[in-house]
Amino acid sequence: MRDFFTNNVLGILLLTIAETLAILVPVLIGMAYSTFFERKALAAFQLRRGPNVVGPFGLWQPFADAVKVFTKETIVPAGASRSLFLLAPMLTFVLACLAWAVIPVNDNWAAANINVGILYLFAISSLGVYGIIIAGWASNSKYAFLGAMRSAAQMVSYEVSIGFVLVTVMLCVGSLNLNDVVRAQSHHWFAFTLLFPMFVVFLISMLAETNRAPFDLPEGESELVAGFFVEYSAMSFALFFLGEYTNMIMMSALGSVLFLGGWQAPFGLTFIPGVFWLAAKICVLMFFFFWVRATFPRFRYDQLMRLGWKVFLPLSLLWLVLTAGYLELTGTLPMEAL
Amino acid sequence: MQPILANYFPILVFLGIASGIATAMIGGSLLAARQKPYAEKLSAYECGFEPFDDARRRFDVRFYLVAILFIIFDLEVAFLFPWAVSLSHIGMLGFWSMMAFLAVLTVGFIYEWRKGALDWE
Repeated sequence: MRDFFTNNVLGILLLTIAETLAILVPVLIGMAYSTFFERKALAAFQLRRGPNVVGPFGLWQPFADAVKVFTKETIVPAGASRSLFLLAPMLTFVLACLAWAVIPVNDNWAAANINVGILYLFAISSLGVYGIIIAGWASNSKYAFLGAMRSAAQMVSYEVSIGFVLVTVMLCVGSLNLNDVVRAQSHHWFAFTLLFPMFVVFLISMLAETNRAPFDLPEGESELVAGFFVEYSAMSFALFFLGEYTNMIMMSALGSVLFLGGWQAPFGLTFIPGVFWLAAKICVLMFFFFWVRATFPRFRYDQLMRLGWKVFLPLSLLWLVLTAGYLELTGTLPMEAL
Repeated sequence: MQPILANYFPILVFLGIASGIATAMIGGSLLAARQKPYAEKLSAYECGFEPFDDARRRFDVRFYLVAILFIIFDLEVAFLFPWAVSLSHIGMLGFWSMMAFLAVLTVGFIYEWRKGALDWE
């Protein structure tokens, strides 16, 4: 039986599909409930109740939303490029899901435990901008076009800082494998070492990267109505929505893996499995998203670009050089086998 | 299958399943929901006005500038990846040659900054 799953092509395929579903299904359910969690959290911040009608404590709300959105009419504007218009949300959603292939959920257990995991994530998150650009262009609407332009510029600006953050973490690990990144944190989580400033840069950049408040200028409800997805309706709109939330969970997972020790248990509580710890850390970072949204007003566009290019970029570059210099001069570089 | 390719096989499966879900959701919604389009419904949204003209028009050149700057710095990051992984093997020479490369880029960055390429009014 074991032989079937390790040597037979069909067996390997079945096993991989099972592994994929084992990751994707919890992610998608988590995504559905993070919308619920967000509404409840925001409601609590504003002394409201939040969704509480559908099911006990409103727990069926995400499914009610799904059914509603599924049965709505998909409007494709007359001037739009029809196929591109429908492709853009699918691309956003697929890319958000693809990134999950390399996130290690437990010791040595990722769907694809590839040795260039960080590079892969960097590539996938860079591609994310295409879904938005295509959506803005294909809609043939002025608001959508402006929103897409803003969004693309914003995402690429913060992409650079995230790149430097990733390189700095790699310097301390000596490997591109995400599982090695987590293992390297068995004693100290990187968030509590000299990488702390990079953790802060990452936390703020991930808000900009996922177009979340206070950097939600691409959507900017009060100025651009909904930015790049103003023309979207029904399921094509929902896919953007799903993609955004899946990306948020993915960035939270990446943050946990890079800085908060991934599946490592804190305080030696190793009897609880690593999957639980990773999920708990993701929840904390997700709450951070909602907390920021409830607390800060939206940035102006020039402030956003100034923060990205004139603060984060020099800061992260400087910290990268300092970290490399420190490790090199003290001889504490990780000696991983190449 | 070669082991190195076998490592990437799950990504292909992920791609297949995720595209399947996305297509099923859009396609299913197109089939399940009643489609009843008419001209006004299909016109682009412009706060109630009839759309003036085509939306694909000129845009601010600074977006283009940001894209160019991004390419420069993203390439820099791409160069840093192999350097960061192998730093313990290439010693002081490797360290200082990358510092020289970064210094050149920093000079360029300072030039951009002074020229006002990073300003948005």
